[in-house]
Amino acid sequence: MPRLMARLIVVATLGASLTGFSPLASADPAPDMHNWDAVLKQAKGQTVYWYAWGGEPRINDYIAWAGNQVQEKYGVTVKQVKLADTADAVSKVVSEKAAGVTDGGAVDMIWINGENFAAMKRNDLLFGPWVEQTPNFKYVDVTGKPTTINDFTVPTDGLEAPWGMAQLSFFDDTSRVKTPPHSAQDLLAWLQNHPGRFTYPQPPDYMGSSFLKQVLTEVVDDPAVLQKPADAADAQKVLAPLWNYLAKMQPVLWREGKAYPANGAALRAMMADNEIDIGFSFSAAEVSSAIANFELPDTVRSFVFDGGTLGNTNFVAIPFNASAKAGAVVLADFLMSPQAQLRKQNPEIWGSFTVLDMAKIPAADRAKFDALDLGVATLSPAEMGNVLPEPHPSWMELVESEWQKRYGVAQ
Amino acid sequence: MAMPGAGYGRCDGGYVPKLLKYAPGLTVFLMVGPLVAGLLGTVLPAFGYLPALGGGQWSLAAWQELFAQPGLLISVRLSATTGLLATVISFFVVMLFCAAWQGTRAFALMQRVLAPILSVPHAAAAFGIAFLIAPSGWVMRAVASVGGWDRPPDIVTVQDGWGLALVAGLVAKEVPFLFLMTLGALPQADAERTRHVALTLGYGRVAGWFKTVLPRIYPQIKLPVFAVLAYSASVVDVAMILAPTTPAPLAVRILHWLSDPDLSMRFMASAAALVQLGVVVALIVLWWGGEKLVARFGRGWAEAGGRYRYEGSVRTAGALAALIAAGMVLLGIAGLAVWSIAGFWRFPDMLPGQWTLKLWLRELPALGDGVINTIIIGGAAVLLAIVLVVACLEREQRTTVSRPGRGALWLIYVPLLMPQISFMFGLQVFFTFLGLERTLVSVVLAHLVFVLPYVFLSLADPFRALDPRYRQTALCLGASPDRVFWRVILPLLTRPVLAAMAVGFGVSIGQYLPTLLIGAGRFATITTDAVALAAGNDRRMIGIYGVLQTILPFAGFGIAMLVPAILFRRRRGLRSGT
Amino acid sequence: MPASSHRLSGQKAGLKLDRVCIAIQGQKLCEVDLAVGAGEIATLMGPSGVGKSSLLAYVCGTLAHGFDVTGHVFLNGTQIDNLPPQDRHVGILFQDDLLFPHLSVGGNLAFALPAHVRGRDARRDAVEQALITANLAGFADRDPATLSGGQRARVAVMRVLLSQPSALLLDEPFSKLDAALRDQFRRFVFDQARQQALPTLMVTHDPDDAAATGGAILTLTGQNHDVAEPG
Repeated sequence: MPRLMARLIVVATLGASLTGFSPLASADPAPDMHNWDAVLKQAKGQTVYWYAWGGEPRINDYIAWAGNQVQEKYGVTVKQVKLADTADAVSKVVSEKAAGVTDGGAVDMIWINGENFAAMKRNDLLFGPWVEQTPNFKYVDVTGKPTTINDFTVPTDGLEAPWGMAQLSFFDDTSRVKTPPHSAQDLLAWLQNHPGRFTYPQPPDYMGSSFLKQVLTEVVDDPAVLQKPADAADAQKVLAPLWNYLAKMQPVLWREGKAYPANGAALRAMMADNEIDIGFSFSAAEVSSAIANFELPDTVRSFVFDGGTLGNTNFVAIPFNASAKAGAVVLADFLMSPQAQLRKQNPEIWGSFTVLDMAKIPAADRAKFDALDLGVATLSPAEMGNVLPEPHPSWMELVESEWQKRYGVAQ
Repeated sequence: MAMPGAGYGRCDGGYVPKLLKYAPGLTVFLMVGPLVAGLLGTVLPAFGYLPALGGGQWSLAAWQELFAQPGLLISVRLSATTGLLATVISFFVVMLFCAAWQGTRAFALMQRVLAPILSVPHAAAAFGIAFLIAPSGWVMRAVASVGGWDRPPDIVTVQDGWGLALVAGLVAKEVPFLFLMTLGALPQADAERTRHVALTLGYGRVAGWFKTVLPRIYPQIKLPVFAVLAYSASVVDVAMILAPTTPAPLAVRILHWLSDPDLSMRFMASAAALVQLGVVVALIVLWWGGEKLVARFGRGWAEAGGRYRYEGSVRTAGALAALIAAGMVLLGIAGLAVWSIAGFWRFPDMLPGQWTLKLWLRELPALGDGVINTIIIGGAAVLLAIVLVVACLEREQRTTVSRPGRGALWLIYVPLLMPQISFMFGLQVFFTFLGLERTLVSVVLAHLVFVLPYVFLSLADPFRALDPRYRQTALCLGASPDRVFWRVILPLLTRPVLAAMAVGFGVSIGQYLPTLLIGAGRFATITTDAVALAAGNDRRMIGIYGVLQTILPFAGFGIAMLVPAILFRRRRGLRSGT
Repeated sequence: MPASSHRLSGQKAGLKLDRVCIAIQGQKLCEVDLAVGAGEIATLMGPSGVGKSSLLAYVCGTLAHGFDVTGHVFLNGTQIDNLPPQDRHVGILFQDDLLFPHLSVGGNLAFALPAHVRGRDARRDAVEQALITANLAGFADRDPATLSGGQRARVAVMRVLLSQPSALLLDEPFSKLDAALRDQFRRFVFDQARQQALPTLMVTHDPDDAAATGGAILTLTGQNHDVAEPG
């Protein structure tokens, strides 16, 4: 009698399989987007796994709130899969496609934008089009905020739903900086007088690349060129002013450009430690909430450049093989509702600007938006000034690889 | 008449349960199967094959693209040099400390602080150390307070070009691990008596130890050393915090390429992952060659008879090195604990101006699920691992273990030597292909790949060192082999078995990528939450989760120490181990 | 060789080693042909490395791997070298007492007591009786680690005897005891063995031990003294 092994196995299986297998979700037919009631009916009871960057507790809380709302209203369960990097969600979908999983995939929704969207769209990894048939899409300000349908100049084609506006803004410690710079050139001049007191995250980090794009947009001869795909023959000439700018900036950067912070969030810590005097972020309300969280001294304030700053839109998209497409559509629709957008813009909750058109939404909702108190260090949508369009992604690929050659190898 | 191999008159008496017989095979399969599948998922794309991304035919384009990457050679060199340096330093610190202090109170003290240090996850330790040595960190704050500076100096300490900060971070975490492994090897090598013989022959402590004990224990700690070497040369999380970024070590760059929005970069990343594997293999070969060389000269040195009796400074150096390594981790985690309750904390204040429990109070209610998942996954993986490891070792004791059988068990250690990043994508495809992805079973199996080798490493020495006469006596008293195992062997090994489980639990808790990717995010653990939140770079959140990530393994080590103490509180013979 | 055990005529009671020859890596260590009757004590002597302990291990069934052995062992007429150790009914005492440190004194004794002694009371009585025999009455709940060396040695003997062996092997069992204790303990062991009519085989380096047995003394010379015993 192999009693010993039998006992060992009992012990092992007790431990390993108490909670058992959770079978893969069965195939979910694509929802009929022309029949919203049918979508709602199909969504009911589904569980949506939403892969979203999880680096900010406030945002995680907002997502949890939205999940509770759609649970109550539509019977859709939402689970956030907290990511350190959106690429992990893309990786998941790619690995499933590689394994032949065309149905019942793990990812139901991704918080996405820009280059990740362009890549997924190019590789046919997205479900849709579905966005324009959702009831709340009619409130979206597609003319006043053209980035809600053009993500980094790439047409969204109804494959991703806008859920928040982002615009680059800078922040400085007013106890240390008397007059903040009002343009990229001005920033360079200021830095030459205060060497080591500014830096940007290392590209291809999203924030680092965004800073380069901001500079590029300001220094380029004709910004309109950037809206079209880069033309290899012409590109070096177009980009020359940027390299010229960076050549001057490099020696006066923090650590003389030998080291760079990893990401945008790191700039806050460096500000608090008095390592730098000026930082920047993509969230207008970030500074106010960071002060409330003791991350920044209460003397920090936001500012923007006179000529405007780069702006774009955050989206949610549904992978081609999602298990709960109807549920994801319903969730995305809720995220575009005035109720959800209002809460999102509230700086106490998150402070991310709405994608909606104030003229289109019901008057009662408009009044609530107007009544929002944005906090001391937060600029209002009006104060944010001009929104500069994102360049076509092909420019960024060129800039990032050239940057890597010039500054990515310091030794 | 001769009857070799007939099995008569031996411990097994032909009574080996069939399933016990298959334990080593099953174990090797569970280790190597996923690895081979994972590696395949990396090799194919490296040569252009990944239909999901439109890669349908073989090509070397990925390699050409890889070699055209600026600074590739520097990245490779950085990985190799920091990995090698960290291993050499860790090894010498541990050997020197053991040589200089074995059998003293300082040694016993170090044994006692070992558990808390081992409990600190690598990434948390790295954050802690970064906060110590950064220009705005504690050390510099102390200087600045005296010097009256109000801004940190603009110098590079962490992320230095040579990777010395990375080496320091690795050494601080690898020293305790190697120390633990050495502790397991010492009794088996009869180190205490060997040391005494050398002393009575007039040798200094350190020289005597290096000449007599080291050659005996080295074969036993060789594998852990290789594991340290492989880990150090391919580490990602620690490197992202402490290593230079212009350029970064190879493993970090691979991760960036894998995360690039341009999905075609994955082909190049796969090729780079193979280069990473090559770096590790080359380092192991290099170490192996160096070891032969040292052994050759060492023999001559030992026979030359030098006594080296005046060794005060060497002993001090040994103690100091161990103290610094342990101190960095403990001070680092203390730093994280302070951050977790810090209000605004201005440079150069040594302590925050305000204190607050706000963030703890906000996080605590949300922790339940993460903690439970962590315990379920870790508990299941550790249970499976301990059952398999004990079954392998028990079988080895009971039966003729022919050479090939034992040789195959080497394969158990392969996961320790393979860079995780080189097979993670393939592993994900493999589990998806089996339809097992997203299940608790697959997450546990993926954890098992990393947990089991460490459990084996921790338990093999004590298990094999148990006086075989206990088993013989018990058998001759008429007890069946099974009864001997349950009533004698297992109780006698309670302490090392629980310690090995604690080590394994710690390893499981540290797993981020396998949990997230294989579990498809269905199983949020303390660690997946911690890594996601670390992306927000708020030091208070990092502090909270660093502390939490330390508490769980520490509880594991605590239980591993308390249970035998309570169980055998009236058995003096078991108190100091057997 | 037939798989079934065979009997030797005229040699029923006692332990018989029938031309047992132990070799390792082709080198012969020793060859023994020996019969020990019930209640007799035979002694094996000889230099280290000659295979004495290996011989005992072969008899009780725990010989390590790597040896080549020929010859057979019979106990009370039955061949036992083809049985697993737990079925041979051969008890062994080493120079260390090897009491299980996780069990109490009584627990150690109860571990040895065969399962066919049924009932809590019957088992406890057997253990208590053994302790009285060893002059250790009332020690059942003690931690073995708290006993003196002599006491522990006596518990070890009683443990072997409680397992109701049909033969007893002694592997230098007195070598770690001091001179005063040694005589006394030796007499105790030998008395117990004779009382229970056990054929006993002892390995020792001490001529006094051998002389005290009053039995046969076999001195092994071996062919390859420089070969170390593995295991």
